[in-house]
Amino acid sequence: VLNRRCVEAAVMTGLALNCSINKKSLFDRKHYFYADLPAGYQITQQRVPIAVNGSLSYSLCIDNKMSQMVTKTVRIKQIQLEQDSGKSLHDDTRSQTLVDLNRAGVGLMEVVMEPDMCCGEEAAAAVRELQLILQTLGSSQAVMAEGQLRVDANVSVHHPGEPYGVRTEVKNINSIRFLAKAVDYEIQRQIEELEKGGTILNETRAFDSKLGCTVSMRDKEGKQDYRFMPEPNLPPLILYDTKSLPANLNHQQVVNIDWIHERLPDLPSVKRAKLVEQYGILPEHSFTLLNEDGLTEFFENVVKETQMKPKKVIGWILNDLLSYLKQHSLTVKESPVSSFLLADLLNLLEKKEISSTAAKQVLAELWKGEGKTPLEIVKEKKLELIQDQNELEQICQAVIDGQENEVMAIKAGNRKVLNKLIGLVQRETQGRSNPVLVKQLLEKKLSE
Amino acid sequence: QEVTVEVLDHLERLALVDFRDAEGVERLQKAIGFADQLREVNTDGVEPMDSVLEDRCLYLRGDDVTEGNCTNELLKNAREKVEEYFVAPPGNIPLPKLEERETFLQGS
Repeated sequence: VLNRRCVEAAVMTGLALNCSINKKSLFDRKHYFYADLPAGYQITQQRVPIAVNGSLSYSLCIDNKMSQMVTKTVRIKQIQLEQDSGKSLHDDTRSQTLVDLNRAGVGLMEVVMEPDMCCGEEAAAAVRELQLILQTLGSSQAVMAEGQLRVDANVSVHHPGEPYGVRTEVKNINSIRFLAKAVDYEIQRQIEELEKGGTILNETRAFDSKLGCTVSMRDKEGKQDYRFMPEPNLPPLILYDTKSLPANLNHQQVVNIDWIHERLPDLPSVKRAKLVEQYGILPEHSFTLLNEDGLTEFFENVVKETQMKPKKVIGWILNDLLSYLKQHSLTVKESPVSSFLLADLLNLLEKKEISSTAAKQVLAELWKGEGKTPLEIVKEKKLELIQDQNELEQICQAVIDGQENEVMAIKAGNRKVLNKLIGLVQRETQGRSNPVLVKQLLEKKLSE
Repeated sequence: QEVTVEVLDHLERLALVDFRDAEGVERLQKAIGFADQLREVNTDGVEPMDSVLEDRCLYLRGDDVTEGNCTNELLKNAREKVEEYFVAPPGNIPLPKLEERETFLQGS
């Protein structure tokens, strides 16, 4: 019997991918023999699946530069509901297969894409976006490493203008990174094979992540005859919309497409656009925010607690916080620096109580997670900017008095030498002077 | 139309049936002939029927766990097991090629 939640998830996903939802879809049996398929057939939707003809938009960085992104689209051929088989573990040393039937019969949603992508990078970007969409909808947690999202890649090559070549199906891809590698390897392999006069077999190949190559899967050679037939035990799946809603049916039995449509959450692309509009950040920033679990929330929390403009905050989030987390392989949730601490620190900077160099030093201290507040660290390390104008003036005067040659050069017209004087003042004050203020003071004194 | 040896071999591989002897093949031939009577009915403009349930709509069950935790019961079915896994051969063991098989079909 079909689980209602599976139907809702398939409809949500179909709507999110701009598909037409088939109000009547049918189930079929696909027959083949394998140890992890005890019944000898899999129930699937071959004739009329639940959703068809959609599209998925995704973005790519040109030349690895985050600043230039291009949007691409891959057409979704269909989404079908089917049963999962069991899981096979191959034990080559003992020449046997171990079968775990726990997931056999559990509902699966298969998303079939048209061959609109041309390389590993595009495939990876498309699947990454699909993953984010599925997670946002709640259809799946889509963690590839745990088999919650499985990807089979169909690869073929052809000369421009000619029809598509013979395709191979590549299985056993366990991460988005490996997906890109597997696709690119297979493209290369096919090109090399054809260039030396060989042919491509319509076969199934397995990706070997250790060797970074694909190998032929002996078991699935030759074209399979699945002997598709209608599933006699499952009547058609009927979905409704507000117009076709039946009056007398038990509402547990009714899946209303319009009702689901109204309750779709903001998809990643919409979330990104809102972030750009609300906070004035760049599109590529929004991509990074959504790409790291919890980072958007962290960013928004910091913005809430600080007077610093979001456009400046984002720099601290993406350049400082994120690079530290990556260096130490931490997730946002595991960050030793909370959004409150960072906001505190940025407030000190914003109020000009410390310089930005000092702020970075404080941040480095905060990473240690010793429980000190930014203010405590500033006092401890004596990082406060000198607020006393007289004190600063005295130091500036002292520097001027000690650098006769430089002073002459500046008065003669060489303005660049002023930077050296500013640097000397900074050194005298151990970085506790505001460079803008120092420059003003020096200029005033030099013009007297 | 007679059933060829190739078709019989194909069927035996797909469905793992064994037609065994001339009588078995003849029975198959007769069954096909019997089913051919379907062609005598004029079905122009009539949609094919999937099953007698096709005018109903599929019952949807709630996402509740109602059974499970029966590992021991299920594993009793296993001839061989390793740590709660069923043990199977490394891959499908295909039927030997027609020429190599001791089968009636060879002689026909």
